[in-house]
Amino acid sequence: MWREGMNFSGVVADASNVAHTPSPPNPPLEGEGLSAKPRLATEDLKVKRRDFLKTGATLSAGLVVACFMPPGMRRAFAQDAAKKPAPIPPNAFVRIALDDTVTVLLKHSEMGQGVWTSIPMVIAEELDCDWSKIHVEHAPAAPEYAHTVFGIQMTGGSTSTWESFDQLRHAGATARALLIAAAAQKWKTQAADCHTEKGFVMCGANKASYGELAEAAAKLPMPDAVKLKGIEEFTLIGKPTQRLDSKAKVTGTAEFGIDVKRPNMLIAVVARAPVFGAKVKSFDAAKAKSIAGVVEVVQVPSGVAVLAKHFWAAKQGRDALTIDWDLGTGATISTTGLREDYRKQAQTLGTVAKQAGDVDAAFKGTKVIESEYEVPFLAHAPMEPENCTVEIGKDGADIYTGTQFQTMDQNLSAKILGLKPEQVRIHTMFLGGGFGRRANPTSDYVTEAVQVAKASGKTVKVVWTREDDIHGGYYRPMWLSKLRATLGKDGKPAAWSHTIVGQSIIAGTPFAPMMIKDGIDATSVEGAADAPYLENIPAHRVDLHSPSSPISVLWWRSVGHSHTAFVVESFLDELAHAAKQDPLTYRRALLPEKSRERLALDLAAQKFGWGKPLAKGHAAGIAVHQSFGSYVAQIAEVSVANKQIKVHRVVCAIDCGPVVNPLTVEAQMQSGIAFGLGAALHSELTLKDGKIEQSNFHNYTVLRLNEMPHVEVHIVPSTDKMGGCGEPGTPPIAPAVANAVFAATGQRLRKLPLRLA
Amino acid sequence: MKLSINGHDHEVDAPADMPLLWVLRDVIGLTGTKFGCGMAQCGACTVHVDGAAIRSCVTPASALTGKQITTIEGLSSDGSHPVQRAWIEADVVQCGYCQSGQVMAAAALLKQKPAPSDADIDAAMSGNICRCGTYQRIRAGVHRAAELIKVAGSIEEAGHVA
Repeated sequence: MWREGMNFSGVVADASNVAHTPSPPNPPLEGEGLSAKPRLATEDLKVKRRDFLKTGATLSAGLVVACFMPPGMRRAFAQDAAKKPAPIPPNAFVRIALDDTVTVLLKHSEMGQGVWTSIPMVIAEELDCDWSKIHVEHAPAAPEYAHTVFGIQMTGGSTSTWESFDQLRHAGATARALLIAAAAQKWKTQAADCHTEKGFVMCGANKASYGELAEAAAKLPMPDAVKLKGIEEFTLIGKPTQRLDSKAKVTGTAEFGIDVKRPNMLIAVVARAPVFGAKVKSFDAAKAKSIAGVVEVVQVPSGVAVLAKHFWAAKQGRDALTIDWDLGTGATISTTGLREDYRKQAQTLGTVAKQAGDVDAAFKGTKVIESEYEVPFLAHAPMEPENCTVEIGKDGADIYTGTQFQTMDQNLSAKILGLKPEQVRIHTMFLGGGFGRRANPTSDYVTEAVQVAKASGKTVKVVWTREDDIHGGYYRPMWLSKLRATLGKDGKPAAWSHTIVGQSIIAGTPFAPMMIKDGIDATSVEGAADAPYLENIPAHRVDLHSPSSPISVLWWRSVGHSHTAFVVESFLDELAHAAKQDPLTYRRALLPEKSRERLALDLAAQKFGWGKPLAKGHAAGIAVHQSFGSYVAQIAEVSVANKQIKVHRVVCAIDCGPVVNPLTVEAQMQSGIAFGLGAALHSELTLKDGKIEQSNFHNYTVLRLNEMPHVEVHIVPSTDKMGGCGEPGTPPIAPAVANAVFAATGQRLRKLPLRLA
Repeated sequence: MKLSINGHDHEVDAPADMPLLWVLRDVIGLTGTKFGCGMAQCGACTVHVDGAAIRSCVTPASALTGKQITTIEGLSSDGSHPVQRAWIEADVVQCGYCQSGQVMAAAALLKQKPAPSDADIDAAMSGNICRCGTYQRIRAGVHRAAELIKVAGSIEEAGHVA
């Protein structure tokens, strides 16, 4: 989703439209951010963001915190301080306590992708602390924790590691430099004569732990420059490192948003519009109120909320409501109708996103290969249904939730409550899955909970049912693609045309001015307009129709790539077969020799044993796709029996540049493949008379354990530009499987989920 | 109604049709057991009743008086049940939301079959959905837990199991 130069801090201020707007984002450190190129060589860096990392030399330790800490953190510190001797905060990302505990304030949200472990690794590498003393907390919402490129606090776009890599190495190195300076002062020696080792500063016979030095370190001036480690000096970065959140998550003690308990808290379940865009005309709550445990019923902009002592009563109360809805035009929508409309649109030229040569001329008087591809609406269906707890107090409000979009949540909630953003304290809990659903420009489930708390005057946790989640919108859009190509004498494509039809996920959001240029929503055509093959196709054109509808749509793990990879890699496979060429050889010939796509393809092919005989009835399909700065090739081995597709094995090769934690990369590839395979084989939302026809996991089906193929992950050794890992594993799996199904059966499946005739 | 949960008796005031899941989460305050679907489709709410895995989201609490209920909080006193140890070793979890249910389902399987085959794992664990797709490591985790049990001699000797 990200593009160079994209920064959302301004639009957030516009969106909230309140007098008090968040501070502008800190300027990137020299050489940081936009290039996304990690700095790997040892070098001296000037500290430019002095106010960002300042320690307050002239003040006592306790006050140091207050002078630069964001309010939420100040509060957290105050709580800590009451419990134990003052922990020392060298900067906004690291606190060192007197007992040597190193607390990392994680600005990203842990939703499974492993930032709880990989981000502290980056800090710990430069801090040279004892890894066993690392403690992690989600940071509060504050400008200090803004994304270095996007300018708002958020987790998404597979950006966390690269966007913060330099920033957090720097934070760790700065803290280390201060600890060394404190030791040098204590021992009346030079900092240059001291060194660090696993949480200690040493000099000759002297040795002091970080905890012992922390208080003195906090009183020292910030160093003008700190030295970062060279890649050859890394002892933690690049080493397979086990997760830090495992124990909490296997003992039931990890606290997710849905687990939050606050004094006098009620649980609310909301009756929302039965079709998109419907409004409450009137409602009767008499039956709901007669249910034991129901406390209150309030109307909010999204519907009617039933507040009760526990979920069970709230849900029964919700189900007992009688609501008269003004259905509006949403009641006329059906997937069948949309498909017909999309098909019609695909016959006409849309807004051109990319073109070279004269495609129309190239198609005249020659054989044109033409195909139509389609993918359905999809729900993210994270295992933890949406929920949010809101506690409004005298001095502001506390919001407890799993979110990927802290700044949006904070600003939009502040607007509803008439507060300044910093008076809304966002407590990020563990996310029971995100996949994009918890990064919503409208902050739907957060603002709704704020409205319920405001309307009722109660501390409340709004909990969604699974049905609410599946019916609740913000889907991956339905897409239809029309592709045409002609082949040259060498079998290579001579002309390529790709018309895309589907809803923009950005239109109508505050991000539109940044992300829609010349009528093209970049997320609609990503992976298609920049397909690597186009460079070698003399005439090519990619154009886009962006129909609108009342159905709310959103980014779903891998965003536009979730449809474009399927379409481009399947159609390319069609062309390879039409040219009677091997699909791997065909792709290689169209990709620049040293391209990262080719490196990934070659590694996957080698590890898979491409071309070697497979078990009887098995066939293989291949796909390669770049997304979020990472290059992923996958080869799927499948068999087909009784029209059922069985995926036995997937070999996955990824070039994501330098790797922080190989265990995370492996896990994210497995995860992305499982997520994409569930969608490729099963998941589909359909609408009839405006209503979503699916409701829960019995009819909105996802991948289960018995269908999980054996996934082998191979990492291309790389010092190239760092990319992401959370999403790039998802796009290639659908085309790899579809291409394998073609190899096995001769049936070209052009619609997801894949269903054999 | 009187319920025995993790070895402790609880006197609970709740409607007779209220599923055990909500009694655990919203009445007693044991939030380790998760809500995922409310219709026995995802397994996030798996607990043990007299040692067998059940879906607490569709089981009325009132049907469980006189039975021993074990939740993730009571599986071991210190996270040392062989399944929990194996899960940590195999780096299984991602978002972790489904993992209470996964661990409980695996623990029930291993109680029945201390050395399960892949087919046994498929049969016992396919009712537990993981949207992060940790299935491959779950499979590895179950096999690792079986090894820990084999080496120790029994589940009880492999950890501080309740």
